[in-house]
Amino acid sequence: MVKLPIYMDNHATTPVDPGVLEAMLPYFTTKFGNAASRNHSFGWEAEEAVDAARNQVAGLIGGKAKEIIFTSGATESDNLAIKGVVEFYKEKGNHIITCVTEHKAVLDSCRALERQGKATVTYLPVDKYGMVDPDDVRRAITEKTVLISIMYANNEIGTIHPIREIGRIAKEKGIIFHCDAVQAVGKIPVDVEADGIDLLAMSGHKIYGPKGIGALWVRSRGPRVRLAPIIDGGGHERGMRSGTLNVPGIVGFGKACEIAKAGMAEEAARLTDLRNKLQAGLFERLDEIYLNGHPTERLPGNLNLSFAYVEGESLLMGISDVAVSSGSACTSATLEPSYVIRALGINEELAHSSIRFGLGRFNTEEEVDYVTERITREVRRLRDMSPLYEMAKEGIDLKSVQWKAE
Amino acid sequence: MAYSDKVLDHYNNPRNVGSFSKEDPDVGTGVVGAPECGDVMKLQLKINDNGVIQDARFKTFGCGSAIASSSYVTELVKGKHIDEAMAIKNTVIVKELNLPPVKIHCSVLAEDAIKAAIADWKTRKGAVADRKIEPSRAAGSGE
Repeated sequence: MVKLPIYMDNHATTPVDPGVLEAMLPYFTTKFGNAASRNHSFGWEAEEAVDAARNQVAGLIGGKAKEIIFTSGATESDNLAIKGVVEFYKEKGNHIITCVTEHKAVLDSCRALERQGKATVTYLPVDKYGMVDPDDVRRAITEKTVLISIMYANNEIGTIHPIREIGRIAKEKGIIFHCDAVQAVGKIPVDVEADGIDLLAMSGHKIYGPKGIGALWVRSRGPRVRLAPIIDGGGHERGMRSGTLNVPGIVGFGKACEIAKAGMAEEAARLTDLRNKLQAGLFERLDEIYLNGHPTERLPGNLNLSFAYVEGESLLMGISDVAVSSGSACTSATLEPSYVIRALGINEELAHSSIRFGLGRFNTEEEVDYVTERITREVRRLRDMSPLYEMAKEGIDLKSVQWKAE
Repeated sequence: MAYSDKVLDHYNNPRNVGSFSKEDPDVGTGVVGAPECGDVMKLQLKINDNGVIQDARFKTFGCGSAIASSSYVTELVKGKHIDEAMAIKNTVIVKELNLPPVKIHCSVLAEDAIKAAIADWKTRKGAVADRKIEPSRAAGSGE
């Protein structure tokens, strides 16, 4: 018997790995020192732990320990990267290139700069698989471009962008390349040198570390990237991020990176198998389901499907003992489906029918079997209740219908 | 967001799901909403010659609250005269199902579905009535 409820939403967050928790615990109690206390053993002990974690975090992405700036999470890292670069390099230019399917932390940072008149932004489109064309990046570059910000892999559809090509273009043109790598780090190999990345945002809780801790990796050489801080204070993190260091969080984050690195190849293979099993099982049982995202260039644990004629939120409600995520943001005030799914150019009805499965370290094959059956049963029930399914079965082309919307 | 017990009950045990034949002269069909908005409701009412709603069926593409709103409406209208049914306001549905503000549009859609189904019945009955007064057909009509 599988234990319910089943958690299959690992793009949203992940549970803390037991090894991570164990590493953190002493830093709440006996080793509680402030890493900035330079004149006693409590401070030294904390500083040592932070330095070790810096090595572990940098080691996961091929960077140097001193290039790691600890933050409260990837949202802060994205804000610091984008706002920090635009502010520091304002004499040089004010143009940013990003893409429409970026995380809100990137998009809204860009919009804030636009609103303040500090930057102009080009939002590149994506293809039907959600991928940015590097040639579009090249074409969008102007004399004023100071920053390219493209995510490593998308959080909803799992599509992995051609980061290395974009990195090469950025290097060639001498433009800083920021990469929100939250979903990729620890899941697939990321190497800031080989990939040509200059700034990289990452998060603890997406890789079985704690919430409230993340990092921005900032290239120190070839070229050295400079940032204006967005939080001022005691000058921690080489002045780029003031505030007392979250030592237990940092220790946990470091341990999470070490574990992820050690088991990455094996875990990626296992999750790819589980994901493929889930995908194949659903495609065997149900007609008219569609894959959102890239068929091959995709994160191992990601599966985003549209179940035609069934609204996503109602499907989630029907499978209440399985935690997955719906691209139909019907609960939000806008009543609009996910902007990521819409950017793929699929029809709106299918956008309302999308479900994201996020498989992770602690999911099992039994859980995949259970979810396959559960989803199948509920999709069939809801289709029996769906006027659209009935019309489609009668041979009515839904696009030909004059709908009377509110 | 948590769903109310009544929404959950209607979602898990929807009342009167299904379809009547569109050919049935006593049936009025209302289809409201649009797939791109994420909500489509089909409500069918079987109405006798006195204008009393005898039976109802629905099919809905939409969130749980949309399904619950249409399920509840099928119970609500049964036995009512069409004039009474036309007067049903969405606020009745909101209150019964305890819908949060973001789901009020579901109740509006259900109200629209009642009106659309009755209007369809009236149009079709009107067409039948028109035919009845045609001398050539009047004799053959068994209604």
